[in-house]
Formats: sequence, structure tokens, C-alpha cells
Amino acid sequence: MSLLEVANVGKAFCTYKTEWHRMANWFVEQTPMTQKWVLRHISFSIKPGEAIGIVGENGAGKSTLLKIITGTLRATEGTVNVKGRISAILELGMGFNPERSGRNNARHTASLMGFNNKVIEQIMPDIEEFAEIGEYFNQPVRTYSSGMKMRVAFAVATALRPDILIVDEALSVGDSYFQHKSFQRIRKFRELGTTLLIVSHDRAAIQRLCDRAILLEKGQVIKDEKPEVVLDFYNALIAEKEKATVQTKTLGDNRVQTSSGTGEAKVVSTKLINQKGNEIEIANVGEDAILIVRARIYVDIPTLVLGYMIKGRLGQELYGTNTWYTEQALHDLKANQQIEYRIHFPMNFGPGSYSVSLALTGSETHIDVNYEWKDLALVFDVVNNDKTKFSGCVWNEPIIEITELTDN
Amino acid sequence: MTELLKSIWKYRKFIINSIQRDIVSRFSRSSVGGLWMILHPLVQVSMYAIVLSAVLGAKLETISSDYSYAIYITSGIVAWSLFSGIINSCVSLFIKNANLMKKMVFPKIALPIITLGVNLVNFFFLLIAVVIIFLLLKHFPGPNIFWIIPVTIVLITLALSLGLIAGILNVFVRDVSVVMPIVLQLGFWFTPIIYPVSILPDRFKFWLNFNPMFPVVEAFHDVLAYRNSPDLLSLLSVFIFSLILLFIGFFLFKKASPEMVDVL
Repeated sequence: MSLLEVANVGKAFCTYKTEWHRMANWFVEQTPMTQKWVLRHISFSIKPGEAIGIVGENGAGKSTLLKIITGTLRATEGTVNVKGRISAILELGMGFNPERSGRNNARHTASLMGFNNKVIEQIMPDIEEFAEIGEYFNQPVRTYSSGMKMRVAFAVATALRPDILIVDEALSVGDSYFQHKSFQRIRKFRELGTTLLIVSHDRAAIQRLCDRAILLEKGQVIKDEKPEVVLDFYNALIAEKEKATVQTKTLGDNRVQTSSGTGEAKVVSTKLINQKGNEIEIANVGEDAILIVRARIYVDIPTLVLGYMIKGRLGQELYGTNTWYTEQALHDLKANQQIEYRIHFPMNFGPGSYSVSLALTGSETHIDVNYEWKDLALVFDVVNNDKTKFSGCVWNEPIIEITELTDN
Repeated sequence: MTELLKSIWKYRKFIINSIQRDIVSRFSRSSVGGLWMILHPLVQVSMYAIVLSAVLGAKLETISSDYSYAIYITSGIVAWSLFSGIINSCVSLFIKNANLMKKMVFPKIALPIITLGVNLVNFFFLLIAVVIIFLLLKHFPGPNIFWIIPVTIVLITLALSLGLIAGILNVFVRDVSVVMPIVLQLGFWFTPIIYPVSILPDRFKFWLNFNPMFPVVEAFHDVLAYRNSPDLLSLLSVFIFSLILLFIGFFLFKKASPEMVDVL
């Protein structure tokens, strides 16, 4: 039995010669001037308790799909079969009146969701408690901070457990305390059988919550598998596109930025593999990984040094070294030679997103002889699958000894 | 149709709440608050009364009061303000609520009903103000005043159906919202509101038969100014016409609603 059945759904936005033609179309069929399909042949089904992440670039049709499932947009073709109540968090704080109190707005939103008076009065205490904004709950919403508004909105949207919960990019609600709290609520719903449908660009969120992911590209489902598989595929897809833009850049006058170097030697490929030799985008904390860098020599050079730097999400430098320091500099290289570097290291990082910068130089610094400098040569994520929970960007597992001391 | 009514019933709480919010939020930050609801129409009506009777000294033979002309005008204005109020707010209704319609699932038919409710509340206060003025002018309403209820029902059916159709068209062709005030202005002058129908030359009178607001405004005159019962036959024909129009409106609404969100 499936809770949600999407069968061959397509959505086209049509333009007509004039809007009068569009209206005439309701009665006598008119041929539209242009017909743009933003979704086509979308089919999938979701079982109770499943959590599905929808990924894809901006404009791939994710939000349109969610709107069709929620029912605000009508599909042009195909059917959506829903069993049970849907609660959609497409935009938090929709329709809040700034002059009225949080309590009044919460009531209003609940009534907009179709709850009757009795139910609303029943869930109000819970909403107030979950939002945790204290006395502000009875103050006009215009006095709220945006985080407080979000808290109330999220509390209302999830006051009653829906059969299907749709979340569009709204998971990063408020401060980290409330984020944690809302994640917990979502997880609890799941345990009770709620199906989750999440659109997010946050890879970690999708990996943490979902057991299946769907990749949309140009309005079509191009992958429907385990999140890791889909996310890796998605990243490869993006990487491919980025490369294309980089190439066009190099042709233009932007040469300095793309290869801030003299170009005698260049990095041809960069990838990260795990112990099994598979290319990865996401690594587990502590996992041994190998960074493979291939370089090509274009002009004879006396020395070649490869340097790399692993950076955090905000660009903070975490670890970097080069083959000069490790006394592995290469000498007397000839044109057209290719070199492969395999850098083995354990992923002793905290969960998060990291990037690798590379430099090919002629000495220990890239200042005097700089063949190529490449920022964001590679991006990878670290997730914590099996280690003790911790925070921070370094994995530094301790042994904690505890002794109970008695005062005598 | 029954489905439509069912969804309205299910969302009654939302509808009532929305009407309340609309009214309260209009006055919530003003110092005298709800008093404005009465003061505003009161000033408007007394303005007509003073300017037209006291200053211009206009009188009608048919009403035995020094302020007969003012009373006549006021009765007509009350009807027209409800009529134009409903239509004006319906025209931009779906566009104003575009974001809500795109993001939330709820019966869209609730929107015109909320608007209707807000306008009826305004009308109710205007009516109270008018009765107060009439009392001050020693024009005491009799039991026939209760005819106002069925007459108002006819009026809102007509206004809602026209407003709904205009509102739907306006989603697709935005010119409607520009044209509508002009049409209403023409309608105002083509309906005997500030002049009695008796002064119209006969060749114009014929055309009045095509103005659905004519019998409604005349009924308001009958009930409020002349303290009579209204002409039921003409009122009934307007009501039937309005019901047909309302049916067309709902039909159009049903046809349009799948595409409305696409265009908004």
C-alpha cells in the first residue's frame, strides 16, 4: 500500500496569443502559442514512514512538484493519489498579520489548514509550548524577531501529526536549539508513520533524514535511489557543469582567476576515493581516503612541488602541506609528462562540508614560481555514521575516565 | 455545487476569523478604534444631508420633510456603496491573495465570501449611522424597515456575481481593474440616486429597464425614504437575473481555478 502515488505527472505552462484565447480554452479547445513543460513523466510512490529527499538544481521543478502534490497547482497530465492528510511547510509564516498576536495568528493559520474550533483549541497549548517564545505569544507579531515568527509558524504547521509532511527548504528554522527541536519532532513523526518529503540543498540534512532520494533534472526524474548514490550523482552532474563554465572563462579575459599561474604544469584531474577504490563525495568520520591528483607538464621545468590545503565551509584552513616539506619534490621534468599523486589521509574531521585547494609550484611557496593555483579543486562532505556524537571540525576521539570520589 | 458549500462549511472558522481580522486590523492601532466604523459613514451621510438640503435647499414633494432630498439621496447612496464596495474588493481579490493561493491549500471560494462578509459588516454600520441621522431629521422608520433584509440579499447576490466574474477576468486580463471604476462611475450616474427617476426624460427611462441596479436602488428608496414596501415583482426579476449571473460566475470560477494559480 502506498500513501502517495504520483503517476506520470506533467506540468506545462502555456502562453496563448492573448489571454482571451486562454479563457476561450475553458470552453472550446484552443492551441496554445507556446507550451513549456516544467515537469514531465514523473512517477514514484511513497510508502508510509518513508522519507524522501528531492534534490536538483534551481529550476529543476522541485517546488512545482511539491505544489502539485500539496494541491495548490494542478497537474497538466497524470494523477497524484494521496491517502491521508498533507501538511506542507512551503513557506513559514504565510499570511501572518503583523498587528495581531502570535496566538491569534496561530489560530488563524490553523483555521486556514482546515481545522475546526474544537481541534484548534486542543492544539493551542501545544503550539504555545513548542514555540517557546514566552510572553511574546500574546504580543503583536510585528514585535517578533524573524526567528520567533518561524518558531510559531513551525509549531502551527506541525501541531498535529500529518500523514505526509512536505518541507521545502525550511529545515534551518531559527537558532540551533530550535533547529534541533524541530528535527526531533520530524523524526518522531516518522517513527509514528508519517511520510516525509523534503526539498533541500543541504546534503547532510537529506542524508540524515531520508532513506531515498529523487534527483530532478530539467523536469524529469533521472535518479531514484539511496541518498548517497543520488547525491554523488548529483554532485558529479554539477561538477561537470562547473567545468564547462570554467572552460568558457579560460577563453575570455578572466585567465588570471581560473589559473593564477604561469601554466607550465597544470592539474588535469582531482578525485577522492575510499579504501575500496570507489570515488566518493561523502566520507565517514575517520575513514581512510585517498586524494588523487593528476598533473601534466607542458614545458620542461626544473622542479615541481604539489601543495594542498583542506578548508572548512567558511574557508578556514584546516590542514595543508606540500611535497617540498615532505621532501618529495620532483626534478627535471619534461613536457607532456604526467604525474599522479596519491595522498593518503584519514578523514579526521567533524561533520560538514570541506574543500581542497591545490597548487603546483617550483618551490615551497607559490609566490616565486607558481605554475597553477586552484581553489575549490574538490569539494567533499564528512558525515558521522558510526562514531560517538561530537561537534567541531576535528575528530579527536577521547577516552574519558570517570571515577566517583568519596569524601572520607 | 454541494461540494462547494461543503468546503465553505468546513472552512467557516477561517472565513469568520478572516472577516474579524480584516475589521480589527483596520482599527487596531487607532486611538478611538472601532468608533471609526460608525464615524466614517456618519460623516459621509451627514455631508450629503447638509450640503444638499441645508445649502442647496433641494426638496422632493413626495417626502414630507425639510430634508426630503437628503433622505432620498442617503437611501440610494447606502445601496450603491454596498454594491460598489463588493465589486471593487472582488476585482482585485485573487491578485491580492496570490501568494496565499500559491502556497496554501484551501477552498478559493472562501475569498469572495470573506470579502462579502467584510462589506456586509461595513454596510451594517453604515445603516446604523443612517438610521441615527434619520432620527435626528425626525424621519422615523416604521416596521417596513425590515424589508431592507430581503432587498439587501438581492443586492449582494447581484454584486457578488458581477464582482466574481470581474475578479476572475482580472486575473487573466488586468485591464479589468482599470476599467471597473469607470464602469461603476457610469453606473452611479445612470442609476437614479442623486436625482429622482421622475425628472428623467421618457426616452432615457426606457433604458433604465436594462439597469439591474435600478429596481434595487428604487427598493431602497421605497423602504428607507418612503417607508413603504418595495416593488416585489421588479425585485424578483432582478433576483432571478442575479442568480443566473451567480451561476455563470461559479461556473467560470470552476473552469478558471486550475489555471488561476499558473497565471498569478
